[in-house]
Amino acid sequence: MQYIPNIVFAIALILGIGYFIRNVKKLSRNIKLGKDVDVSDNKPQRWTNMAKIALGQTKMVVRPIAGLMHIIVYVGFIIINIEVLEIILDGLLGTHRIFAPLGAVYDFLIGSFEILALLVIVAVVVFWIRRNAIRLQRFIKPEMAGWPKNDANLILYIEVVLMLLFLTMNGADYQLQQLGAAHYEQAGAFPVSQYIAQLFDGLTISNLILIERTAWWLHILGILAFLNYLYYSKHLHILLAFPNTYYGKLKPQGEFDNVEAVTNEVKLMMDPSADPFAAADENQADPDKFGASDVLDLNWVQLLNAYTCTECGRCTSECPANQTGKLLSPRKIMMDTRDRLEEVGKNIDANKGEFVPDGKQLLDDYITREELWACTTCNACVEACPVSIDPLSIIVEMRRFLVMEQSAAPSDLNNMMGNLENNGAPWPFNQMDRLNWAQES
Amino acid sequence: MSDNMNVPTMASLFAEGKQPEVLFWVGCAGSFDDRAKKITKAFVKILNKAGVSFAVLGTEESCTGDPAKRAGNEFLFQMQAMTNIEVLNAYEIKKVVTACPHCFNTIKNEYPGLGGNYEVIHHTQFLKQLVDEGKISIEGGTYKGKRITYHDPCYLGRANNVFEAPRELIQKLDAELVEMKNCKKRGLCCGAGGAQMFKEPEKGDKDVNVERTEQALETQPEIIAAACPFCNTMMTDGVKNKEKEASIAVLDVAELIANAQDL
Repeated sequence: MQYIPNIVFAIALILGIGYFIRNVKKLSRNIKLGKDVDVSDNKPQRWTNMAKIALGQTKMVVRPIAGLMHIIVYVGFIIINIEVLEIILDGLLGTHRIFAPLGAVYDFLIGSFEILALLVIVAVVVFWIRRNAIRLQRFIKPEMAGWPKNDANLILYIEVVLMLLFLTMNGADYQLQQLGAAHYEQAGAFPVSQYIAQLFDGLTISNLILIERTAWWLHILGILAFLNYLYYSKHLHILLAFPNTYYGKLKPQGEFDNVEAVTNEVKLMMDPSADPFAAADENQADPDKFGASDVLDLNWVQLLNAYTCTECGRCTSECPANQTGKLLSPRKIMMDTRDRLEEVGKNIDANKGEFVPDGKQLLDDYITREELWACTTCNACVEACPVSIDPLSIIVEMRRFLVMEQSAAPSDLNNMMGNLENNGAPWPFNQMDRLNWAQES
Repeated sequence: MSDNMNVPTMASLFAEGKQPEVLFWVGCAGSFDDRAKKITKAFVKILNKAGVSFAVLGTEESCTGDPAKRAGNEFLFQMQAMTNIEVLNAYEIKKVVTACPHCFNTIKNEYPGLGGNYEVIHHTQFLKQLVDEGKISIEGGTYKGKRITYHDPCYLGRANNVFEAPRELIQKLDAELVEMKNCKKRGLCCGAGGAQMFKEPEKGDKDVNVERTEQALETQPEIIAAACPFCNTMMTDGVKNKEKEASIAVLDVAELIANAQDL
């Protein structure tokens, strides 16, 4: 009978981690639905970017208040995980504070976790105020209505509850240590929870143990639940920020990729020795569609971008189109891409691993043409993203589909392109007049 | 003034068996747009004054394809690019300077993948080099003490990390350089990029160039300096929209330097 808690714990752990692995597999499957793209170049630079941007949070602090608060939550999250390791070992082995023999080091660790936990609570409260009381512009844009807003608040609530459970557990433990209860040897320093312990004055040892155990169990079960909530929330960035910054764009922001299939065709067109009447090679595969009208036309890094987005809206708040009241919001581009990818993923799950056309696509059903044509390609969104997401690449890929597959550019742009084709300038001037300026005063 | 401009073409130099040190890529705006032509001329006058060995392609130049590429027309872009690359390679061009950040970005970043490899620099970088080498001097004069705010063109600044050359030039004028709320990496677009120059804006509350002009006006400048012909147009329109054209000039960095030298 004495092993029942260990067994229950082991089962909870296996279920929690097992379900998480299942979600990770689904995530990875969905991302791999994207087209292949070569990102094997310049590994040292990629590692550096990951270390600086994801690990070092360098782009978060561009906005100092949010950046500082975020670093607190981030450091708290990572460091308090050392405590989670102890909790897991205790749970499996039936021990209590298995790292306690570390002595002074242990005291220091527990003490720092407590201070961090308190700071995390403070930061999360600030985050909540920014979202719900101050109502910062970027948190109340139209695409945030409904689930995205609730999702964001839910995450904040979960974080506060987890931290409070951790401190309550320590507070009860501290009180038990003071009372000299069996199994509760003196261990750890409790700079924060000693004040919680005061609330427990006068409680019996058995009640204190009940509180300590309840908080302990709820804390670890809460962590397992949160781990599994990630996939359904906007919060995947805590994991995906690392690969995403690794695979982020290394080229100058202004450089757009040259479409290789187009290069081949243009070369053929310009080759004077090519036979214009040559019969098509029967074995030749159908040429790829140009540009993107759905998520499967995007590459896997773009899909990874979509899952990494935590909807902070820094991109949207820097976007000149959005700032001047246009429909375009780079954050919405990423949210739409993810929503559509999820829909495609579910379709594949429901149809035995095969995507069955559902009469929907990313273009028009999620992202409107009006949004796409409002972009100035200024890269402000790319620059603003703290985790190297590139909404612009998706916008351009979709414009390519509109122009090259559907000839559906706005008529002004068709005029511009007509001029370009006929006289080598976006305006209707004769190419022979290009040097006239040199003769004018 | 045309009599004091010397604008050799690649074709004429080639016929004489000469090769200039640098090709001046004028661009469509610089060739055809009345406002941008003034920038072109200002830059050529500085080149002449500094005795730079340069040439232009003249009628052999064609759009780099930038607006087509940003609009999504990769075919048209690559047609333009490959045609231009054939011309540039035939003349064995090694170095290109241009006053247009869009041409700059496209030739520098997107042409190499299509067979066009050149050292490409923006005219503000080139002017900075001329100053550093002592080929031109621009201290004091007309702009001494004037409040000048500099607008970062997206395709020069954020897209290619050229922030300092234009600023150093403005400071060399002994002018007071004042920064806008959004500058350098966080510079706000003028509204012309991504082929927006050639179309009506989508429905919204405001035009982007008006928003950016408001940011510029907050610095209470006497001059708004730009380094892109399209930004220049957008900011000029913005200043007109605010009815400030009598008190605030929108000038290219090359024009500031040419004016300071009385060219």
